[in-house]
Amino acid sequence: MCQARRVRKLGGVIERDVLQRVLAGAVGAGAEFAEVYAEDKRSTSAGLDDGRIEQVSSGRDRGAGIRVVAGETTGFAYTSDLSEPGLTAAASAAAAAARTGGGGVRTIALTPSAPHRPNNVERDPDTVAKATKVELLLRMNEAARSFGPEIVQVSAGYGDSRKQVLVANTEGVLADDEIVRTLLRVSAVADGDTGMQTGYQSMGHTIGFEVFDQVDVEELAREAARQAITKLRARPAPSGAMPVVIKHGTGGVLFHEACGHGLEADHIQKGASVYAGKVGQQVASPLVTLVDDGTMAGEWGTLGFDDEGHITQRNVLIEDGILTDYMWDFLRARKDGRPQSGNGRRQSYQHLPMVRMTNTFVLDGPDDPDDIISSTPNGVYVAKLGGGSVNTASGDFVFGMTEAYLIENGEITEPLRDGNLIGNGPKVLADIDMLANDFAMGSPGTCGKDGQGVPVGDGQPTLRVKSLTVGGTA
Amino acid sequence: MSRFESELQVVADRVVEQAGAGEQIEAFVARGGETEVRVYEGDVEHFVSAQSEGIGIRVIRDGRTGFAYAGTLDESAIAEVLAEARDNVQFGTVDEWAALAEPDGVAVTEQSLWNDDLAAYPTDRKIDLAKELEKLASGSDPRVRVDDSNYADAHGESAVASTTGIRMSGRENGCYVSVSTLADEGEGDDAETQTGFGFSVGRSPDEFDLDRAASEAVDRATRLLGATQPPSRRVTVVLDPFVTAQFLGVISSTLNGEAVVKGRSLFRDRIGETVAAPFVTLVDDPTNPKAYTATDVDGEGLAGRRNVLIEDGVLRQFVHNSYSARRAGTVSTGNATRGGFAGTPGVGCLALSLVPGRRTQEQLVADVDDGLLVQQMQGLHSGVNPISGDFSTGAAGLLIQNGSVGAPVREITIASTLQRMLLDIVEVGGDLEWLPMRSAGMSLVIRDVTMSGS
Repeated sequence: MCQARRVRKLGGVIERDVLQRVLAGAVGAGAEFAEVYAEDKRSTSAGLDDGRIEQVSSGRDRGAGIRVVAGETTGFAYTSDLSEPGLTAAASAAAAAARTGGGGVRTIALTPSAPHRPNNVERDPDTVAKATKVELLLRMNEAARSFGPEIVQVSAGYGDSRKQVLVANTEGVLADDEIVRTLLRVSAVADGDTGMQTGYQSMGHTIGFEVFDQVDVEELAREAARQAITKLRARPAPSGAMPVVIKHGTGGVLFHEACGHGLEADHIQKGASVYAGKVGQQVASPLVTLVDDGTMAGEWGTLGFDDEGHITQRNVLIEDGILTDYMWDFLRARKDGRPQSGNGRRQSYQHLPMVRMTNTFVLDGPDDPDDIISSTPNGVYVAKLGGGSVNTASGDFVFGMTEAYLIENGEITEPLRDGNLIGNGPKVLADIDMLANDFAMGSPGTCGKDGQGVPVGDGQPTLRVKSLTVGGTA
Repeated sequence: MSRFESELQVVADRVVEQAGAGEQIEAFVARGGETEVRVYEGDVEHFVSAQSEGIGIRVIRDGRTGFAYAGTLDESAIAEVLAEARDNVQFGTVDEWAALAEPDGVAVTEQSLWNDDLAAYPTDRKIDLAKELEKLASGSDPRVRVDDSNYADAHGESAVASTTGIRMSGRENGCYVSVSTLADEGEGDDAETQTGFGFSVGRSPDEFDLDRAASEAVDRATRLLGATQPPSRRVTVVLDPFVTAQFLGVISSTLNGEAVVKGRSLFRDRIGETVAAPFVTLVDDPTNPKAYTATDVDGEGLAGRRNVLIEDGVLRQFVHNSYSARRAGTVSTGNATRGGFAGTPGVGCLALSLVPGRRTQEQLVADVDDGLLVQQMQGLHSGVNPISGDFSTGAAGLLIQNGSVGAPVREITIASTLQRMLLDIVEVGGDLEWLPMRSAGMSLVIRDVTMSGS
């Protein structure tokens, strides 16, 4: 089925022979690789706070980043001028940055990659009226406020974008991709005798406005309100090491931090990861099979091609607890003489690509989620995780709990105040002693690394870690 | 008094001239560039040098606001941005307080935010600095290697103009070097790696202290070697200056005027009350030339100024932009923040600091019987809730016993609440450091903090 496009594909805006000339000019004596990454992104966002639509915003980001590699050195420059002179100037700057002469005589022949479109977008955000988008926020505001009189403030945000990407390089790759994103978030503040408390929900997919045929936005808002009101009666979280049960869907962050970053080949090659040199070894409980998959339809970390023009794929990183592979980008794969894995990503044309995750998750285990709780005499049940962070070299990682409860005698009891949990990656993975059969993907996330943020997805079944340190005050 | 006027001012002025009757327009135009060199094992790992530019246009009509931006200054693109911003106005809810900032007569404090020496600094020397830093950090201790060594500088120019008479432009540049270290000890199953970092900032590379950056990076990594997880208990913490700066950053969000007027600040309605220990004075002063984030005007073009937020433990005021001030029935404190052309102004502290005490970190530590010297925190964005006040972060550092620094510890959290921590401050150190963040730092002693370990 052919869809008429209002905006021409980037591949039409930058002609193939222009790309070939720019690339040929970028590789001079001593440079063996050059790449053009061009991007054209249009975005719309709307914010609601204090009962008002504060503003609707529209944005346009368009430009190209050019990379030149000579030996161990990468030169990089970017420009918002996509004309041939503009690209040529950026290519010269990148070549100079790589400390090479440029002006080489290689002929570059680009071969378009076969299309790879894991997502099927039905309602392009450009075709939806702004009033319709804004309406969602007003509905969420109403739903959250009417959930309970304790709700004193609600803020909500809508965002969509359509980003066209074109990658061409001196290996002959010419890949184009288009990613549509639709995102909704809502925060609620409740006020009570113990002070104020907060609740938060979000939803994000790499499809268009049709996502709202399935997502109940009022339910999202009521969930945020419910979390805030529940925490009004929260007691201080316990302090120290104990069993922790994590509800399905929300806990993907745990794996993202406990081992996800540690399995990125750049940390591995610099000897800055506790998982270096461990391929083939047991690094987790045999219950754990960890996958990074950039092809999952509609998920937040999904792309057709990574930001180096390599097709995205499903990569099994840990199988039944045995480490099988790391994640790779072009430079790291080249250094080890092995294929790329579709994990070369960048925040925008103004950034260098590096190894990043896409959608990172753990597959189902054998247990019943209710059995996991009932077989835990005492501990903490985390119903919602916030963000996290990791030191890949030491392996220590933290993640925040934004809705949690005490487990007492195998039952979920009192709600707990927010806090961080801390653990050491390999030990936590080995301490996963129960894993349920209720896999779910979690909320959309933004992964930060080296000053760049990229959208990622994660997920897991309900699970139990024998021992994690809970950072409470009680 | 002469000020630098950017050629971008003309671009902003031209947009504002197109305002129709009953329409308020603000145009913010920016252009900037960066150079970043990363060195690894004696070679340049990457070298980035590029410029970007863009414009953000805000339109207010009958109390409704619309906004649009583009990452280019092409004339046709600017026309499209204005049209989009105008189109977006109709979807905003009427807000009686929505308006642009007006000139308030507060004089701009002239500052030297632009250094010609940096602008002319040769590229080869930039690379040499990163290489030299790597050599210094990897040479002093056989257990230490370098993960990356960096030189970075940035320059920016911006102009803002509005139908309410704001017309301001300026430029600034700055640079820093940083190094990340890895320290290894043990073999096989006992192998352990700890990390450290060091940096030096300045308006020009001549202000760098590479030796200090390298030795701090080495010390931070090596002194955590052999760290174990301690048992959980309540302790007195001594925060390293860098950690204090991060802590003050969290406190600043509770003093944000927009959070206050929207009922999200735990300090609302508490002006005049005691919120901190009696020797605690917290000041936001972007006119202090020593602050790395010093600036002459805020994100709405109003003069930056010194604001005393907490004085001798008593809450005196919040920080405001023109919108939050209007709602609060006061005037802007010159604290509009703008993270570039792609967004509208928010509110925030610009250059925060506690008034320092008189004693060194060693002297502060000597007074602690059972405590923790916190060298780093992890997870500030995930375990800290500035609305509820809950504070819980991962941490690493050294135990303090009977006034002496002792064994390193890791895999711990420290927790309390923001409200209690301010009141529980025991002493503010005299070791003030201006850091590459919006807060300065110094050692800070806080009692009754829960350290969670085993």
